[in-house]
Amino acid sequence: MKLRLSDIAHARSGDKADNADIGLFAWEPLGYALLAQHISAERVQTYFAHLWPQTNEQRDAALPYVERFDLPNLLALKFVLRGALNGGAASSLRSDNLGKTIAAQLLHMQIEVNDAQAKAALLAAQLEISRF
Amino acid sequence: MTRVRLTSGLGFYGDNWTPVLSAIEHGDVQYVCSDHLAELTLAILQKDRQKDPAAGFARDLLPMLTQLWPAASKRGVKFVLNAGGLNPHGAASALQQLFKEKAWHARIAVVTGDNVLDHIDELQANGETLAHMDSGASIDSVRDALVFANVYLGAQPIAQALAQGADIVITGRVADAALFLGPLIHSFGWASDDWDKLAQGIAVGHLLECSGQGAGGNFGASGVWQRIPDLSHIGFPIAEVSADGEVFITKAQGSGGRINYHTVRQQLLYEVHNPRCYITPDVVLDMGELTLHEIGVDKVQVRGAIGHPAPTQWKLVAGFHNGWMGHAVTGFCWPDARAKALAVSQAVQLQMQEKQLPYEELCVEWLGHNSFLGPHAHQPQDDDMNEIWLRMAIRTREKKHADMFPRLFPWLALSGPPFMGGFHGMPAAHELLGLWPALIDRSAVEAKVRISLMETV
Repeated sequence: MKLRLSDIAHARSGDKADNADIGLFAWEPLGYALLAQHISAERVQTYFAHLWPQTNEQRDAALPYVERFDLPNLLALKFVLRGALNGGAASSLRSDNLGKTIAAQLLHMQIEVNDAQAKAALLAAQLEISRF
Repeated sequence: MTRVRLTSGLGFYGDNWTPVLSAIEHGDVQYVCSDHLAELTLAILQKDRQKDPAAGFARDLLPMLTQLWPAASKRGVKFVLNAGGLNPHGAASALQQLFKEKAWHARIAVVTGDNVLDHIDELQANGETLAHMDSGASIDSVRDALVFANVYLGAQPIAQALAQGADIVITGRVADAALFLGPLIHSFGWASDDWDKLAQGIAVGHLLECSGQGAGGNFGASGVWQRIPDLSHIGFPIAEVSADGEVFITKAQGSGGRINYHTVRQQLLYEVHNPRCYITPDVVLDMGELTLHEIGVDKVQVRGAIGHPAPTQWKLVAGFHNGWMGHAVTGFCWPDARAKALAVSQAVQLQMQEKQLPYEELCVEWLGHNSFLGPHAHQPQDDDMNEIWLRMAIRTREKKHADMFPRLFPWLALSGPPFMGGFHGMPAAHELLGLWPALIDRSAVEAKVRISLMETV
């Protein structure tokens, strides 16, 4: 079945110069295992391809565009999207020049997970949210 | 001293200081550490200073301390603020004037040495390339367009200023978390190579530097923000730190917001890039073994920050003039809202072509539809849309071309498709600034750091 990341995770994004920076946090360990398995840097890069239009001269081919850092101790993944902010907050033409809503866009992503795993993760997340 | 409590001050220029008053009155804090400078705030302050040489600092410093000082001085609470921006001495003079008028006594310290805009030639002559940190490009490509260049200083000058008896320490650019580490070094005498304790201190600073965001504000999740109590009276985070590096995060009794495992870790990773290598001037923080424990309502313990030796190079961020933006927004009502907006965006582009308006980039957004979710937004049927807003922006080299852009819209009111509303005039051209992060040898910077003291009254 399809699982939306917002059902198993929370997230916050921000900016550093022309780089967007997203923290993605599983509500609990079952969700973390799914995130770690499914949300690769490559997948994030493909999902956000529209943030790097071909005309962007600031794009630097020598750098990977997306890096992923794993923090199992905090049930979290960190993604850094290099050169994704249209030149950076004070240079950007976009309404969301700071990239604050990029985390919401990531939470909107759906992944295909086998039913048993998905249901277990959903239930565990709902339990954790009910304790919030 | 074996235990210190610090509160978050402002999290940006323009933030609310009522929660800081609540922390002073009900939070038993000894220090307020206030971060007025986001990455691009110096660009705003540079524009202020161009108009008035006495400006260039975060002006909210004055009304903020007007309201907070009586409660703070009564309790011996001290302030560390980077509100000096591009003009720390100007900020201190304005504050001194204010305190004199009020007949308030305080010892004010000013930390300078972060501003290197006037020393770029000298630095380059001494072998600093100041190449772009990410791309490696030479700074010569933007050399003539630079409007500011500041190095992120560390916590040591803040600790020294406090040791000299300062009640209020005003700095320009310092690492945000150093605003908090400074008082901890001063209080506990932590050695400059006691890496793990310094790392705990940086973790504290990072958790507190964004004010309400460390207490459940802007908590990014679906269906959870409603569970966070009374955001209108949010309590900014307070850290309770012991000499041995023990850390608890909490907030003032009776305030809104939420401090728990989830809100704290969301702030912990905010804008840190590599969490195993968060570089600050005083220590490199490794969060790879860090753990958070809820030990009560609105109280979280932070353990296990690992510190690695401080870098030999510090970070400089310069800003450079990077052209202009011309922009306009207008709205369209049902029927055919989206089709009309699309037709108008094409009509505007046709005019740009016919008038040969030079531009480097065009941005077209559909506000209220997909400007945030982009290609991942739900796609409603055209007929289902109640309304849609068109926003168009162009990037130009010259201001006059950016100013021309919104003038391509008004004729549509009487000669375009029907039921267009909400065109509220023509916004002025907006100056664009690029940011230039680079590395610089720390000794070249440290040699120029100065602390000056002044008394009021």
